[in-house]
Amino acid sequence: MNYRQARWVCEFCIEPLLFERISSGSRGARIPQNAHGEIKIPEKLLRKSLNLPELSEPEVVRHYTRLSQMNFSVDTGFYPLGSCTMKYNPKVNEALAGLDEAANVHPSQEEGTVQGALELMYKLERFLAEITGVPKFCLHPSAGAHGEFLGMVLTRAYFKSKGEIRSDVIVPDSAHGTNFATAGMTGFNVVVVPSNSRGRVDLEALRAAVSEKTAALMLTNPNTLGLFEYEILEIAKIVHDAGGLLYYDGANLNGIVGKTRPGDMGFDIVHLNLHKTFSTPHGGGGPGAGPVGVAEKLEKFLPIPRIEYDEKLGKYWFDSDRSQSVGKIKSFYGNFSVFVKAYAYILSMGAEGLEEATETAALNANYLMKNLADEKSFKVKYNGPCKHEVVLSADPLKRETGITARDVSKRLLDFGIHPPTYYFPPIIQEALMVEPTETESKEELDRFIAVMKQISQEARSNPEKVRGAPTVTAVGRLDETKASREPILSWKMYKKRK
Amino acid sequence: MDHPYIPNTRVVREQMLQDMGLTCVEELFEDIPAEIRLKRKLNLPPSMPEVEVTRHVRGILSKNKTFTQIPSFLGGGVWPHYVPAHVRHIVQRSEFLTSYTPYQPETSQGMLQSLFEYQSLIAELVGLEVANASMYDWSTSLGEAATMCTRVTGRNKFIIPRIISKDRLAVLRNYTAGPSIKLIEARNDQKTGQLDLERLGSEIDEDTAGVYIENPSYLGFLETHVDEIAEIVHKKGALFVVGVNPISLGLLKAPGDYGADIVIGEGQPLGNAVSFGGPTLGIFACRGEQKLMRQIPGRLIGMTTTLDGKTRGFTMALQTREQHIRREKATSNICSNEALCAVAAAAYMATLGPRGFRELAGVCAANASYVMKVLDKIEGLKAPIFKSPHFNEFTLQCKKGTIAGLNAQLLGQDVHGGRPLKKDFPELGESALLCTTEMHTKKDLDALAEAAAKAMEEIE
Repeated sequence: MNYRQARWVCEFCIEPLLFERISSGSRGARIPQNAHGEIKIPEKLLRKSLNLPELSEPEVVRHYTRLSQMNFSVDTGFYPLGSCTMKYNPKVNEALAGLDEAANVHPSQEEGTVQGALELMYKLERFLAEITGVPKFCLHPSAGAHGEFLGMVLTRAYFKSKGEIRSDVIVPDSAHGTNFATAGMTGFNVVVVPSNSRGRVDLEALRAAVSEKTAALMLTNPNTLGLFEYEILEIAKIVHDAGGLLYYDGANLNGIVGKTRPGDMGFDIVHLNLHKTFSTPHGGGGPGAGPVGVAEKLEKFLPIPRIEYDEKLGKYWFDSDRSQSVGKIKSFYGNFSVFVKAYAYILSMGAEGLEEATETAALNANYLMKNLADEKSFKVKYNGPCKHEVVLSADPLKRETGITARDVSKRLLDFGIHPPTYYFPPIIQEALMVEPTETESKEELDRFIAVMKQISQEARSNPEKVRGAPTVTAVGRLDETKASREPILSWKMYKKRK
Repeated sequence: MDHPYIPNTRVVREQMLQDMGLTCVEELFEDIPAEIRLKRKLNLPPSMPEVEVTRHVRGILSKNKTFTQIPSFLGGGVWPHYVPAHVRHIVQRSEFLTSYTPYQPETSQGMLQSLFEYQSLIAELVGLEVANASMYDWSTSLGEAATMCTRVTGRNKFIIPRIISKDRLAVLRNYTAGPSIKLIEARNDQKTGQLDLERLGSEIDEDTAGVYIENPSYLGFLETHVDEIAEIVHKKGALFVVGVNPISLGLLKAPGDYGADIVIGEGQPLGNAVSFGGPTLGIFACRGEQKLMRQIPGRLIGMTTTLDGKTRGFTMALQTREQHIRREKATSNICSNEALCAVAAAAYMATLGPRGFRELAGVCAANASYVMKVLDKIEGLKAPIFKSPHFNEFTLQCKKGTIAGLNAQLLGQDVHGGRPLKKDFPELGESALLCTTEMHTKKDLDALAEAAAKAMEEIE
């Protein structure tokens, strides 16, 4: 199978910018002229000019259609971007989230007029509680990192209520960058614990790191190597004995749904990524949703309002009367349309389907490991089965041929395959983090294996071909250094520079 | 079960296991300690075929009453506007919808250019050089603006107006607690609602990192002394942060043109559905100076060329500010953002053009002006409370009865009234915040006035 990305080109660029189109004075929308009142705004506050493009509707649509054709997506091809769970996004979910009854409802409406929205959110919270084993959920956070932010805000509130001052958040060296940043942003010191020779948290190091200053340990399980932290009960004990909280980063939940639950492992706070495990689309970087679940002892601190159900009246209602709540971390109640999609997904899968997804995700990842790992090109550092993702090291290949993980990744683009996450986690040299997900066929996995083998051969026989990749994408390799050294971040800056 | 979203059937899976020398898939989960293995099925409804999922979800959602069914006058942070069909069509395209953050620029030029164009359009709209590719919403943009001000200035006081959305304020408190930023509330003039400049002058000092105003304010009135505010703020070496409803900028002067250093706001009204308050789109823009640009949170898309210098292209820029590189020293922890909402906003702005944008803002303001006048004439009602120019939102005060009572009566006549303000602004008595947009026909506005008049007659 061959691949070539669409490439709309003019002289020096691909599709011209909106601003570079000849202004014809046209416009793509008419506004209903039902103005009745007199606008009484002083002249000095009024705007004199507004530099926006002037395009008709067909021109706008063609522009974006062309741009979309120069954008790779899950619906285009294999997208094994580790830690991002790029699974298929069911179309029915989009249709449901686009319904009038979902899209055209205002968050400040009287409760009686939004019973459907409240019911869906209430039930989704219950589903997530069952799936994770932590009893109380808040749907407000917009993304995983936003969930982490709420998690640390809750941690702060918890210790404040106990009159304890705890300044440290412990993070393993294999953790996502957001864990460090979140702890920093919420005013905690970050204490890093190393991984042991089996790619798991080093218990001795953890014992040495905890103290009366420990507020929390942030942990991803399966971790970013795709490996299950099987000493989790011991880890939980160490943290809890020190008086700290255990925080679950849900980025990798897809590896364990239906098999084990964070709540049963001892986690006190859990964030999930609905845009990973629960199949809502990533949209080129968002919107996602990062619900946070907590143990009973933390419920009173959750953001307001909480959704409650009055069984007697058969009505859902907002409870804002919570004196110990941390308040809010976002206006309103979270990314509702994402909830509709995740809810529909859970209904479609059911318990059995979710478990089948977990098993198949793990099977697919292990199948890739089995067929790709060797000592010559792509090495796997830690033995034993992985869960939903496998981290390969291209270090042997680099040592022999000079071809790097980045080169391999760029060459994959020529085959219509999105590269794995590379150079992460940093504890693996020349890391390629591969997450196939359950929504890829064996046929697709076999093709990926064949392509990876071809690239490692090319690295030896024709390395320039690999270094020169990609050649069939809309553009070749870009000067990323220049983009940061002399930043041009808008049309305005571009014109100024010129 | 062979679920339709999972291509590898049971038979294929068995074969794969065999190829790998395994007897069953459970072997892949054997490292999970027995004590924590879930020994039962999850307690969830049984798997449903698509038609049943649709029926079920529709059944729940049908319990909502939409603002397309009855006229509603709610705004206050998200506002109902018409989303053109082609804007929704563009963001529903698989290639945008199902892609990840554009980490691989060679194969993601479509998203990168779309986001660069979004940044460019926002920069034009607010009158600044730099805009990021999105924050979660207005409130989180505000939180990040406050912390950015302290990073840029090395100071730790942030001045906010008395009249602000209390939800936004609650979010700000959580964002500023970590870096221990002190929030100071600036007094407002009781009659106009606007910032009291004299008080501001005395509150601002050498520790002030930034001063924040909203224009239009949360309660709909405009700040008419923006130039003077900018002067006071800059004289003390602080940064001037302005929050906006972007639709207002079709009519109103761009904040960058009256001295704003940072402009934030809610981008939802630009082509995104209200959707019960989310997804939203946090606007974040700043001046093009190095010291600001290097401290901005969030993703930035920059223009560059291919390595051979021959073709223009786009890529993520200044990533050393971000969490995956700078870790605990990052300007923010934000990773996933609201990229697709930003694409919708860009397509929407490109669709409206300068003429459409001006007309849209004009209709929103004119509708408010009309309905304020009619409501104000009704015995027992006052609209607006503040003697200032307004954009498309305004306060309505009940001099007899309660807002809750009035709203209940309105709802009985199939009109959804404004957002009650009593809890957040007790000093305004029985009052509500109302909003009009181009979605409201004259019939809707008159329906509100008639229903309100009828309701007020009945209160005695």
